[in-house]
Amino acid sequence: MDFDFSEEQRMLKDSVDRLVTDRYDFDARKVHARGEHGFSEEIWKQCAELGLLALPFSEEDGGFGGGAVETMLVMESLGRALALEPYVATVVLSGGLLRHAASPAQRAELVPQIASGELKLAFAHAERHARYNLAHVETRARKEGDAYVLDGEKSLVLNGDAADKLIVSARVKGTNRDRDGIALFLIDAKAHGVSRRGYATQDGARAAEITLSGVRVPADAALGEPGKALAAIERTVDEAIAALCAEAVGCMEAMHKDTVEYLKTRKQFGVTIGSFQALQHRAVEMFVALEQARSITMYATMMAGESDAAERGRAMSAAKAQVGRSVRFVGQQAIQLHGGVGMTYELKVGHYFKRATMIDMMFGDADHHLAKLAAMGGLIAA
Amino acid sequence: MDLSFTPEENAFREEVRAFFRDQLPDDIREKLVAGLHPSKDDMVRWSRILNKKGWAVAHWPKQYGGTGWTPVQQYIFLEELQLAPAPAPLAFGVSMVGPVIYTFGNEEQKKKYLPRIANLDDWWCQGFSEPGAGSDLAGLKTTARREGDHYIVNGQKTWTTLGQHADLIFMLVRTDPNAKKQEGISFLLIDMKTPGITVRPIITIEGGHEVNEVFFDDVKVPAENLVGQENKGWDYAKFLLGNERVGIARVGASKERIRRLKQLATAERDGDAPLIENQRFREKLAWIEVELKALEMTQLRVVAGEAKREKGKPDPASSILKIKGSEIQQAITELALEVAGPYVLPYRAESADHGWNEPPAGPDWASPLAPAYFNYRKVSIYGGSNEIQKNIIAKAILGL
Ligand SMILES: Cc1cc2nc3c(=O)[nH]c(=O)nc-3n(C[C@H](O)[C@H](O)[C@H](O)COP(=O)(O)OP(=O)(O)OC[C@H]3O[C@@H](n4cnc5c(N)ncnc54)[C@H](O)[C@@H]3O)c2cc1C
Repeated sequence: MDFDFSEEQRMLKDSVDRLVTDRYDFDARKVHARGEHGFSEEIWKQCAELGLLALPFSEEDGGFGGGAVETMLVMESLGRALALEPYVATVVLSGGLLRHAASPAQRAELVPQIASGELKLAFAHAERHARYNLAHVETRARKEGDAYVLDGEKSLVLNGDAADKLIVSARVKGTNRDRDGIALFLIDAKAHGVSRRGYATQDGARAAEITLSGVRVPADAALGEPGKALAAIERTVDEAIAALCAEAVGCMEAMHKDTVEYLKTRKQFGVTIGSFQALQHRAVEMFVALEQARSITMYATMMAGESDAAERGRAMSAAKAQVGRSVRFVGQQAIQLHGGVGMTYELKVGHYFKRATMIDMMFGDADHHLAKLAAMGGLIAA
Repeated sequence: MDLSFTPEENAFREEVRAFFRDQLPDDIREKLVAGLHPSKDDMVRWSRILNKKGWAVAHWPKQYGGTGWTPVQQYIFLEELQLAPAPAPLAFGVSMVGPVIYTFGNEEQKKKYLPRIANLDDWWCQGFSEPGAGSDLAGLKTTARREGDHYIVNGQKTWTTLGQHADLIFMLVRTDPNAKKQEGISFLLIDMKTPGITVRPIITIEGGHEVNEVFFDDVKVPAENLVGQENKGWDYAKFLLGNERVGIARVGASKERIRRLKQLATAERDGDAPLIENQRFREKLAWIEVELKALEMTQLRVVAGEAKREKGKPDPASSILKIKGSEIQQAITELALEVAGPYVLPYRAESADHGWNEPPAGPDWASPLAPAYFNYRKVSIYGGSNEIQKNIIAKAILGL
């Protein structure tokens, strides 16, 4: 058992932390947010230069062969920075699908472009009544000769408006929510029949509603065997859950730090409010919630590479449930202990609160995952 | 012990309910149902409808335009108003400064201000908190120096709710810098158009504009705008804050929000199944309803005890109403996130006057839910934070 990071991992963490410290304080973030798609192209280039965009891809594909631990380190730092760049959409989600579903030839073409920062991707999967069911795919892909024709509505596509290409899920057979029959297609975001409507999300990031009407793609645009994509989707989403948990830990750590700092400086009744035991205990409870989240995120990170889908899924549900609970408590108390100023847009703490809340609501909130875990019999065998 | 309402009280409830059903403009009702804020114009329109009926300042003494209703009738009125759902008359005038003026003000002040409060001719705001004086309100630093028949006011107030609309502000100011903290404070009424006053918006976390900073730079205020006696302002403030806590449980408003959640959860589907069929969701909702029922009974206990209590002395149990009432309101906004699920994500700016200005992503009812969750963190901070309420209970009830 070893919780220490390797030399390379420490260097990776240092370089991301440096980028974030130098280029991503709260004022800089406001400037980055004004970029055309709500983030900074320049920071994206720097992510490429630091190798972050190549991180999880194998060396054969032109990547750095990093694993879930490396992703965790990056995501924690991005969480502390409240970074707006489409790292999850491009590298974690779309990158995951490429790693788990695409052919070596497809990866050889796409990974170098991702690594260099010139290609951004988005995963167009969710649909209006899917909630958190990954098999909910009503979008249809109809075979027509050598091509597929896609029709459907995709929703809440993270960074869908910034993407050059989309990985779209569509059903080649069966009925909605069948586990069998789902396919993935790589399509050009500007292809004929694709219309996108981008919008801001509550946390200052962006997403898009995407309509596909008669989008014609060649058969070789499919990632993996059409109809068999769900396993790769689930695996990728599990990796994204571990990554988002790490991002939430970064947010919570920052909120906790800011709150403790505030308790030490804010004076009322002639003393610092940190001298009130009621608030000391609250800060400690926040700390416990944060550390519990951090621990289970490490567990999820360790389990992210597990090939047994059920075992992996249990771990992800456990992590998402704990992190979701922690996020609610730490976020709410961070605002509460700041008093009125905690309610202001001007202060960073509220933005962490919003981002962490949105992370809880993505890919299943705490309750969804608790129910899922319970249905699977929990973590401890009877 | 008899916990049922009398036939007269039930008949009264019917009368009030019918009035709200028939008289509340639909556009205002729809806004509130959707969880959007009423505009200034909505507030004025509605206040005048209430005032015409004689119900704008229902809880005031009869000679100042009140109704003479019993505490139970007032409770029923407030509950039905929140259930309608209708905007509450602007609290800063009706519940805060109005009672201070008719209790401690002089005849001239009563004549000048009270009718205009009832008709919302004057929009009042509350200038108590300062950057350095929140929970420790008595630590306020804004000064008022007497010069002839004027006060010269200097300093800063903050968190001034809806100050952007205000015609008048009621203030706590320091008139004796040498006295003990609580003893050098006075209660002053100031016209917001007086030269030297600057209002700056504070944007809250969800992006809304409801609070402001207000700066005072050599603001000249006629001495006749002092309420009661100089340096007795703290007593009036305590009286005011005690009144504030009574209405703060917002039981009717929470009932209305739960009704709304149930409607949304019936319409919203997870695949083909309405969300309301989700057992976990139902249990969480049911638990909030249990807590709300208990709070309602606590509220009624406080209301029933009111008739027997010394005037102007609030029941320390009203701190329970504040704590539990705010926790329940917050729990409802939190559970509402779950109704929308991932559709809490899309952000749409609420433009107070024109409604939404972009087409929705996902269901249009979902957009206000996350902002409400973020914004409602305020209810455990303002009006005496929940920590301060607990200090009050520990001291005044438990003797600790
Ligand atoms: C949305 C909003 C609207 C408002 N509207 C108005 C308005 O219209 N007019 C107005 O005058 N004011 C208004 N307020 C101000 C409000 O009353 C204050 O925010 C409140 O009194 C808390 O003060 P503070 O913000 O300075 O926090 P602080 O007093 O600095 O408190 C910070 C934290 O310390 C805790 N704390 C402080 N003292 C103690 C203690 N002794 N023991 C334990 N914990 C303690 C608090 O509970 C809080 O968690 C509004 C506030 C908000 C957020």
